[in-house]
Amino acid sequence: MNESLDPRVNRLRLNNSDGSFSIEEGENWNVFEVFHQEKRGAHHEHVGCVHAPDANLALIFAKEQFGRRKKCVNLWVVRSADILAFDLEDEDMFANNPDKTYRDASGFKVMEKINKFKAQSK
Amino acid sequence: MQLEQALPELLIKIADDELIIGHRNSEWTGLGPVMEEDIAFSSMAQDKIGHAWALYRILQEHFNGSDPDQFAFMRAAAAFKCCHLAEMPIGSYDFSLMRHFLFDHAETVRYQSFSQSSFTPLQQLAAKIKGELKYHTLHADAWILQLCTAGAESKARMQQALDNCFQLAGGIFEPGEAETLLIAEKVYPGEAALYQQWLNNISPVIEKAGLTLPAMTAPVYGGRKGQHTEHLQQLLNEMGEVFRLDPEATW
Repeated sequence: MNESLDPRVNRLRLNNSDGSFSIEEGENWNVFEVFHQEKRGAHHEHVGCVHAPDANLALIFAKEQFGRRKKCVNLWVVRSADILAFDLEDEDMFANNPDKTYRDASGFKVMEKINKFKAQSK
Repeated sequence: MQLEQALPELLIKIADDELIIGHRNSEWTGLGPVMEEDIAFSSMAQDKIGHAWALYRILQEHFNGSDPDQFAFMRAAAAFKCCHLAEMPIGSYDFSLMRHFLFDHAETVRYQSFSQSSFTPLQQLAAKIKGELKYHTLHADAWILQLCTAGAESKARMQQALDNCFQLAGGIFEPGEAETLLIAEKVYPGEAALYQQWLNNISPVIEKAGLTLPAMTAPVYGGRKGQHTEHLQQLLNEMGEVFRLDPEATW
């Protein structure tokens, strides 16, 4: 074993002389995506990722990694490999979105109604 | 003994434990096994030092104590009342994790008892740091279980770490002269009661991890009386090195 103060040196087995080694199942940690919730009822927002051997420790790491500053009430972790996404080349499916402004929610004028409702319910 | 002497005796030993183990654990900063763990462990070390500071403040405010920084950095080793477990060098990560597990469960039991303390400042501090301690033990438990199910070498090292730490951990509960009075005054239930509760709390985790709990045959006492290993002086030299350059400096 490599006599180093830095535990990472041994972990990487840099002193393996024949240059070949096999990766055992579970030896490499998984990547977990982290989602941060600022207050109860709010959306969880993606803030980054952590490496961890399982979801349990991923959540524990995420707490100090992403939940130790500012306001936070909860976190989610999801194994990155469990996320399904479109291929980059399929981006063209969204290409005409800017033309379809009739689908934008911004056209609705509802603030008057909301304010009126708020005033009534006081 | 009066309560005016008994309470500071209790406060000082808890605070010194927190300061010294906080400093020890901070020695892993930059050397943790992986970045995520490095950050988590360092962050908890900061919490410990924060707890020490809060207790030194109580001493200052209620018992005419000195400034927390002066008290932390300028005392001689013999004036420290930390247990030997806290002052031992960090060793390898299995030792540090096992110490973290045993110490933080003891700390949690102690502050849980303070939540019903007749001494209001301790009650308030217990309420304030409850969530921090919950995370610390969650972190410790998860690592113990993880490493005890990660193969034979890992399991054997954790058992060895437990064997190495256990008698030292007994020293956390070294009985003190002030105890009878503190129990009578309902400040806290005393070391023997905390020890029992601690055993109750760690046993299920130890069992689930498949570790064997040694018998507490020779708890390492002396720290509460100011008797220490040579490691404490070395730690204090390093910890106070910058502070002592100019003890009057404003930070």
